[in-house]
Amino acid sequence: MDTILVILIDGIVYSSWLFIVSAGLTLVYGVMKILNMAHGSLYAIGAYSAASMVGLYFSAGYVPWGSYAVFLGAAVVAGALAGLLIERGVLRLMYGRDEVIMILVTYGVLLILEDVIKLIWGVDAYFAYQPYSLVGRTKLLGITFANYDFLLIAAAVSIGLLLWAGLNRTRQGKLLRSVIHDREISVAMGINVKRTFLVTFIIGSSLGALAGGLTAPALSVVPGIGVEVIILAFAVVVIGGLGSVGGAAVGALMVGICRALAVHTFPQVELFVIYGVMAMVLMVRPEGLFVTTTARRI
Amino acid sequence: MHRADKTPRNLCLALVVLLAAGIIMPNWLTFLATVSIAKGMVVVGLIVLMRTGLVSFGQGLYYCLGGYTVGIAGNYLGITDVVGILFLSVVVAGIVGAILGLLLCRYREIFFAMLTMAFSMILYGVLVKSDNLGSTDGFNVAHVSLFGWVPSSDGVSIVIYSLACMIAFLTAFFIHRYFQSGMGFAGDSIRENEIRVEYLGISPRRVIFYKYVLAAVVAAVGGSITALVAGHVDPEMAYWTTSGEFVFVALLGGTGHVAAAFIGAFLFELIRTVAFDLSPYTWQMILGITLLMVILFLPKGLWSLITAQRTGRG
Amino acid sequence: MTNIILETRGLSKSFGAVTAAADINITINEEEIVGVIGSNGAGKTTFINMVTGYLTPSEGTILFRGKDITGLSPMQVTRTGICRSFQVAQLFPELTTLENMLVAHSMLSKKRLGWQRPLKSQVNIDAAMGALEGYGIDNYADAQVTTLPQGVRKLLDIAMAMVGSPALLLLDEPTSGVAIEEKFALMDTVMEAVNRSGAANFFVEHDMEIVSRYATRVIAFYDGRVIADGPTAEALANPEVKEFIVGTELHRQQSESGEHAEN
Repeated sequence: MDTILVILIDGIVYSSWLFIVSAGLTLVYGVMKILNMAHGSLYAIGAYSAASMVGLYFSAGYVPWGSYAVFLGAAVVAGALAGLLIERGVLRLMYGRDEVIMILVTYGVLLILEDVIKLIWGVDAYFAYQPYSLVGRTKLLGITFANYDFLLIAAAVSIGLLLWAGLNRTRQGKLLRSVIHDREISVAMGINVKRTFLVTFIIGSSLGALAGGLTAPALSVVPGIGVEVIILAFAVVVIGGLGSVGGAAVGALMVGICRALAVHTFPQVELFVIYGVMAMVLMVRPEGLFVTTTARRI
Repeated sequence: MHRADKTPRNLCLALVVLLAAGIIMPNWLTFLATVSIAKGMVVVGLIVLMRTGLVSFGQGLYYCLGGYTVGIAGNYLGITDVVGILFLSVVVAGIVGAILGLLLCRYREIFFAMLTMAFSMILYGVLVKSDNLGSTDGFNVAHVSLFGWVPSSDGVSIVIYSLACMIAFLTAFFIHRYFQSGMGFAGDSIRENEIRVEYLGISPRRVIFYKYVLAAVVAAVGGSITALVAGHVDPEMAYWTTSGEFVFVALLGGTGHVAAAFIGAFLFELIRTVAFDLSPYTWQMILGITLLMVILFLPKGLWSLITAQRTGRG
Repeated sequence: MTNIILETRGLSKSFGAVTAAADINITINEEEIVGVIGSNGAGKTTFINMVTGYLTPSEGTILFRGKDITGLSPMQVTRTGICRSFQVAQLFPELTTLENMLVAHSMLSKKRLGWQRPLKSQVNIDAAMGALEGYGIDNYADAQVTTLPQGVRKLLDIAMAMVGSPALLLLDEPTSGVAIEEKFALMDTVMEAVNRSGAANFFVEHDMEIVSRYATRVIAFYDGRVIADGPTAEALANPEVKEFIVGTELHRQQSESGEHAEN
């Protein structure tokens, strides 16, 4: 009985984390039709920035409860900045090319960023456990859970709702959805697609970095965390359907719960399970769960 | 109307030169050359797929399988004969490639690229968690033999180098003709207009399936050669950054000719050895910047500088 | 007694609320030349797409020489003996005209792709050049498809479709995009080549003059349905056809030739 509870909560926590990581990735794809491999590096930048900020903050002795706004803010700012630089500096030169070429471009950006991270932060591990332990633990049905994990769930839900509201209830959001649906017509209708791209990419990068920032207190920040994340984010985004934020939520839930099951029963098959789920979804729905239809070509 | 094909002659010349050079080359160069050939083999498979319009980010899967087959065959099955090991490698890659190929041949573009990456990472994950296979450290490969004869420790590198040269020669010969055959052009056709291919009565999926298995097999042979020359295998061979390096070499060299795979791989290894010594923390950045430059200015790779005419022809 | 080559029964296709084709019952006989008219969106291309397997019909069956081919893929349909050309010529852009033809030959007439035998053997080249000559485009043999004029592309598209010596050829607007003064020359070439092969010919056209000159039978589509089907003169005289199709076609031709006069 306890195992089921552990799996469930573990799964939902992991799903929350997956969703925050993947939301930015799928949004960027939906609007710009670019599958950004460097999203993993943005996650890492967020994590490192947050970790550094936590270190600075707590050694300066400020009020502990203020740290959350500070280190998460740092992550978001770092992500937004990086996103701005990438979009203006690299992506803008490459628009219009084949989708797979764009992945290669983002792969190039990933390679560059991985070294940039090493140059700025070095190769040693960063620990930023204070915000994690600050909120304490709770005992549920005899099992102890870290409250920080529940915060993560709350964060995921908030971000999900914000994104939904933003996309469906604001004018800017509707413009974004228009570009997602059909870029050509959007241009023809006078939407400033170039600016939409910039804004979207900055939002997507910030979300990725925020995910990293949220994770920093929970584990050690080391080189390579970005690279591991992109593989998982990809699975989630594909299951949900490229471009669908709602799909990413569903995908994150599916992957999170299945992974929790695997980890608590048969740990070696963790990655297997995640990709097994993806393969099964793709066999039934080759383009993911929520995807728009494509026009006839001949 | 059509120029005579000088490639067979050039390949023969190259083989002779390489074999002769093997006798006088210093050890570090022999090692570099062998590794380049091994990686070139993987890139050949990538070129086959890229000419069909597909970029695989997961050739590391087969590269690693080839390497571990060598290791396991030597240490656990007692098979040290080089020919036997390579044959085993081909069979293993063929089977895995066929199974995955059945699934992958249905996907294109992004899906294909990321799915191949995923499968490679799955192998990585499995190996990392396998303690009896050395986990992240991997393990060492046993000494090889050739039809019963065991070369001395000094002679081994030359034997493997010569073997690699001959395998590369045969592969290049076969693949060059392959690019000019019906199947070769079928790849170009699928890349250019898949629907039309269907309307010409051919199944693109089946063609892609065969190409994927072919790419898997050559990648495994490359991995086996690497294991033999390095004497060691580890899960890093299946890590996606390894696959990324192969893609980089394919882009750098171009898909215009099978030789571009080997020449590109050699240039890459040479530059990597030098650059890594100079500055280990900027090596990836240099790679990344070079990749962006190539995409921007030399989209058909370095080989396009050699053929002033239309590229993409073998 | 003419043999029936193609028969569709109750063929329909809907996309959600949109009905692209409804209850199409058509029979085509061996070596028949059928002209198909109808304004854009009337269902002509949808019909061709269903027969050739690109679209799965919502309802109905398709029989080729009595055999049910409904739901087969384009690849399978091609192999049974039905070939088609496209509104926008579907070619391999970076290859040359000759290479396009060589590829078509290796796929359609041999059906088994070699792994080592060179595609550009003298035998293959001779056969491909011969096919190109049949359509008068052999002088474009070494030109890359992206450099070809529209008329040559359409001819190549049709030439490739004919490689398999199909029993039935479906031509989707063979002269669309081609300048008015070249349309007749193109149709002459095509019709001559196709009639030589003995294939049944089902061609979609907007130009009434072309239809009346080449077709012995005309089928008219309107709003997803067949509104006329009979010998050319009869079908073209049909009041509904005149109202919905010929009238608009005539208007279109007048404005087209008017524009041309200005250029």
